[in-house]
Amino acid sequence: MSILVNKNTKVITQGITGTTGLFHTKQAVEYGTNMVGGVTPGKGGTQVEGIPVYNTVAEAVKSTGANASVIYVPPAFAADAIMEAVDSEIELVICITEGIPVLDMVRVTRYLEGRKSRLIGPNCPGVITPGECKIGIMPGYIHRPGRVGVVSRSGTLTYEAVHQLSVSNIGQSTAVGIGGDPVKGTEFVDVLRMFNDDPDTDAVIMIGEIGGTAEEEAAHWIKANMQKPVVGFIAGATAPQGKRMGHAGAIISGGKGTAAEKIATLEECGVRVAPTPSQMGSTMVELLTERGMLAQVTIK
Amino acid sequence: MNIHEYQGKQLLREFGVAVSSGEVAFTVDQAVAIAEKLGGKAVVKAQIHAGGRGKAGGVKLAKSLEDVRTYASQILGMTLVTHQTGPEGKVVKRLLIEELTNIQKEYYVGVVVDRSTGSVVMMASEEGGTEIEEVAAHSPEKIIKEVVDPAVGLLSFQAQRLAYAINIPGPLVRKAVKFMMGLYEAFVAKDCSIAEINPLVVTAEGDVLALDAKLNFDPNALFRHPEILELRDLDEEDPKEIEASKFDLSYIALEGNVGCMVNGAGLAMATMDTIKYFGGEPANFLDVGGGATTEKVTAAFKIILSDPNVRGILVNIFGGIMKCDVIANGVIAAAKEVGLNKPLVVRLEGTNVDLGKEILNTSGLNIVAADSLADAAQKIVSLVK
Repeated sequence: MSILVNKNTKVITQGITGTTGLFHTKQAVEYGTNMVGGVTPGKGGTQVEGIPVYNTVAEAVKSTGANASVIYVPPAFAADAIMEAVDSEIELVICITEGIPVLDMVRVTRYLEGRKSRLIGPNCPGVITPGECKIGIMPGYIHRPGRVGVVSRSGTLTYEAVHQLSVSNIGQSTAVGIGGDPVKGTEFVDVLRMFNDDPDTDAVIMIGEIGGTAEEEAAHWIKANMQKPVVGFIAGATAPQGKRMGHAGAIISGGKGTAAEKIATLEECGVRVAPTPSQMGSTMVELLTERGMLAQVTIK
Repeated sequence: MNIHEYQGKQLLREFGVAVSSGEVAFTVDQAVAIAEKLGGKAVVKAQIHAGGRGKAGGVKLAKSLEDVRTYASQILGMTLVTHQTGPEGKVVKRLLIEELTNIQKEYYVGVVVDRSTGSVVMMASEEGGTEIEEVAAHSPEKIIKEVVDPAVGLLSFQAQRLAYAINIPGPLVRKAVKFMMGLYEAFVAKDCSIAEINPLVVTAEGDVLALDAKLNFDPNALFRHPEILELRDLDEEDPKEIEASKFDLSYIALEGNVGCMVNGAGLAMATMDTIKYFGGEPANFLDVGGGATTEKVTAAFKIILSDPNVRGILVNIFGGIMKCDVIANGVIAAAKEVGLNKPLVVRLEGTNVDLGKEILNTSGLNIVAADSLADAAQKIVSLVK
């Protein structure tokens, strides 16, 4: 098992005929993801790469039975695309698009209340269950199927963690990029809860950044509920106050959201924090060795 | 994106938010002329994108036109150093000349996007004039919040509740409500990320108005606000950051001497952290993004090298979908074009990594290849020492 996606997940791409959408749809097909359709208004009835294209998400769902959607629509239209997918009751909506206005995401958050979909992102690399289903822009080949879950606010740092695990012969159950924006669909706690409940995940790496308090909330949740070992890393110890480091989410304001504060809280709550990003994999090996769990997560 | 106080006040006026009257002046003569229209007495306020101007000597009360002339000549061209400008300070090029206000009491009103609820929140406090972060730290119960449902916007009763909670005098509550409703409307209509009125004042004449206005805008939403983009003041920004934004590079200047070029914001921050961990100091944050073309890499090199403090460069790319040989060729082309004469350490990971390393090794350029981020950071730190 795994969380969120597996070999039975049926995926459509919103924005399938755009350069990015098409490229990553092809990559997903090559990886073995069950891509069943695509949506681009005005291109309905055509096909790309043998995949049928529809004008609306509702049509695509009706014809394909899709239960997941990945969104590569440009930022100005992405919030609408998310809500269209949610309206069609797609279980899992993954929005890769970077640069969506934050007030658009405030409206999306309200729209999601009481509905059936889970949103991952926006501004995220996506979700992958190695060997089964890849939805998003992550390089598939660095992943190996296994028993360690990965959850991260940062794209390339997720790859870094996965790569370090794979070269240490530790596979991954599922890797989830929750995205770097301040207002998003899924937080650390949501994913940690899923990993905790997943019988095929034995340990978790959680990668946070400066800004906000999601890491602190996750730390407290871990202390109270988590049954499995967690390794953490927080990027941005050297970031200056008041400067936005790349994404909208990564900013220290009013002295809140510093790396030092987050690291201290995580450690207090029993998370083993890697001192540098190069040591995320080795910190996991160290922790699992101490717990006598290394053999069960090592790929034979 | 930030704008000046006078621009913020102009924008708020359009939404029926009461602000003190005044105009911007670029010269001493203009300042005097505006003060004359205001009746001779005026406040002379330095316009820079930073708080703490009063303490730094950038705000003066002028009791006569002569005073206005004196203060305007003093402040225009002066370098203001506040807790928000950094030690180098900012040169004042614009003044706001404003009518004097008979302040009876100062309050605080702010609008922000709250991450944990994913909503817009209006905050108000009776402790105006001081920094709200300090109020939050010492007496959080003095900050009252209303969470706004985006489907209906800020409701009158919520504004009323805030006004009563911060003890706005009864007869003025209606004015305070109108103020808050207008402020919320402006926040949403213009895609603000922060709208802070500190202080909001009640005057002896019974007015409720904004004595200061700090508006920040969501950079992701500027595509639908050309009118806000026009208010951008390039004098207030780092020239290297302006250059970087032309190439869609995310660059932030820092104090150290190790230039960094990385793909991905998280990895870029983590790279800076690793440099520091091994005893070095990063000179910048630079995220080249997912599609690092030769053109972008070249632009990034030029920007990094235009910082005179830079003594060496660390390139850290996790190739992901991008191929390492393409990146290696881009780095070499860029290094040749800019005539690189400083140590360069490159760490590549991802698709075709072996080919990429070979291209770097046989390029004839003085490039040090590294195997991991830690290895790369240790190498560049020892090279710049």
